[in-house]
Amino acid sequence: MMSLLTERRQRQLAAQPDRLANKTRPRRRVGNVPGALFSLMWLGIVIVPLYWMVITSLRTQNGFFDGSPLAWPKHPTLDNYRTVLDNDFWRYLMNSVIVTVGGVGLTLAVSLMAAYAIVRSKRRFVRGTFNLFLLGLAIPLQATIIPIYYMIVKLHLYDTLLALVLPSAAFAVPITVVILTNFLRDVPGELFESMHVEGAGEWRMLFSLAIPLVRPAITTVAVYDALQIWNGFLFPLILTQSPDLRVLPLALFDFQGQFTVNVPAIIASVVLSTLPILALYIVGRRQLVSGLTAGFGK
Amino acid sequence: MTGISASARVKRPRGGAPLLMALPALLLFGLFALLPMVFVVILSVSKWDGLGDISWAGGANWSHLWNSGVTRHALWLTAKVMIFSWVIQTPISLLLGVFLAGRQRYRALLAAVFFVPLLLSSAAVALAYRNLLDPNFGLTQSLKDGPFDLLAKDWLGNQNLVLFTVIFVISWQFVPFHSLLYQAGVRQIPATMYEAARLDGASTIQQFFFVTLPQLRYTIVTSSTLMLVGSLTYFDVVFIMTGGGPGYSTRLLPLDMYITGFQSHDFGEASAIAVVLVAAGLAISLGLVKFSGFSRMQSQTAGA
Repeated sequence: MMSLLTERRQRQLAAQPDRLANKTRPRRRVGNVPGALFSLMWLGIVIVPLYWMVITSLRTQNGFFDGSPLAWPKHPTLDNYRTVLDNDFWRYLMNSVIVTVGGVGLTLAVSLMAAYAIVRSKRRFVRGTFNLFLLGLAIPLQATIIPIYYMIVKLHLYDTLLALVLPSAAFAVPITVVILTNFLRDVPGELFESMHVEGAGEWRMLFSLAIPLVRPAITTVAVYDALQIWNGFLFPLILTQSPDLRVLPLALFDFQGQFTVNVPAIIASVVLSTLPILALYIVGRRQLVSGLTAGFGK
Repeated sequence: MTGISASARVKRPRGGAPLLMALPALLLFGLFALLPMVFVVILSVSKWDGLGDISWAGGANWSHLWNSGVTRHALWLTAKVMIFSWVIQTPISLLLGVFLAGRQRYRALLAAVFFVPLLLSSAAVALAYRNLLDPNFGLTQSLKDGPFDLLAKDWLGNQNLVLFTVIFVISWQFVPFHSLLYQAGVRQIPATMYEAARLDGASTIQQFFFVTLPQLRYTIVTSSTLMLVGSLTYFDVVFIMTGGGPGYSTRLLPLDMYITGFQSHDFGEASAIAVVLVAAGLAISLGLVKFSGFSRMQSQTAGA
């Protein structure tokens, strides 16, 4: 009964923004000519470097030096990708996966509880922590890398993957809490009250009411956090040193030194490192985009 | 209904979600973000080489910082990047966002393509551009004898150009994010406002300036805050693409902090730079929120 009710409510909630958006769509009779021209130009600016990356990664090392850089390679080859894969790429990929999954998991676990507490607590102090996390958004957290380096060394975590997970998660917590809180605030209070009357405790309400209701928001922040952690460069740079522990962005930087003039191989590593996140984007684009705007728009 | 919830509330004197739930996030955030913030202030008046003990240094770091031409230059460069990247990115994002707000299918496809640079790590973007702009073998060099010969410059080696190259690469990466914000902002503007404007005989351009732009105030503040504070964190791109060079021409403040600390092992002075970064970030965000006035903004939409 309860779940049926919430499901219907959820669908209603989910349907509302769309209906609203359709109604409020500004109908333009005159086309936006400057916008169209400019978008076309920007399309070129975006596409040309991306296209250059793809075709360069398919060139032979000699092919790179002759002919037009934008022409389709005369002898397209996947050898560059093989070179990258043979240079411990899989290990770096695994490291990135471990750090990202660990970081996102930790962030989501603590942020969900915190967001729930902020929305549902009666204590002033707990509700006020929202402002603390809001403040976290306003500060360039990268400025704290020196103390973090010191603490990681003192905790004997230097040069471990855990050293990357902890601060990455801590930096992701503010935005995650803020977005989840904004979504949880939209859940009608009566739902909680009626569940409470049925005798449910706060933990049960968190797991069987709050989490299912904000699942779209959870997916969104998860993808966003994953993107941030996956692409993170500064923490790996200062908190690890073993080649075994390199994550992808750091490995890319290292490939540049290793392959030096073999530009096609360097670019192949760039393309390869992007593929997993590109796949994720193709699967979860709608979630990511709609959630991002909803989260920041509030 | 209200009666039930009221009595339920009476039954729980303190009630609500337990503090315990907020604790893990507070601990994680406190330990790895707030505590370091306090610690960095302490380190800024200390002497530490990264290995040995930390000792009191008083104002030595700060006076050294004040007199350091390199750091002053870095501060100036950061301010320049901040202003230019805002001035360049905002109109582009605004224009693209307004255009992408239309619900035509091809615009959705366009938005999907525009988003791709945002998926690449800064390391990947910087590496790609470093090779793409290579003065000997890069793409730009091959344009020498063609209609785009204006682009055949040494974008990374010329001290007068390189800062703008950095700004361009950063814009390439982040404009999609900001146009996304503007796109969402435009879609929230009620259609009735445009209808009213049209009835009053407003042209498309007038509608943009008198309806769209004022209605986007809140989005402009959000996007600008993220952009300005964000420009205090540009590290990866310059570190990989230019290494701060040639000379000191792209040694932005975060990079200056990194080099002072992790390469010159002067962590005290590097922490002083970090304090400057935090203070600047806080001042900008609080200033923008104050300046834009949240209450005024709300009343404006309420009056609409």
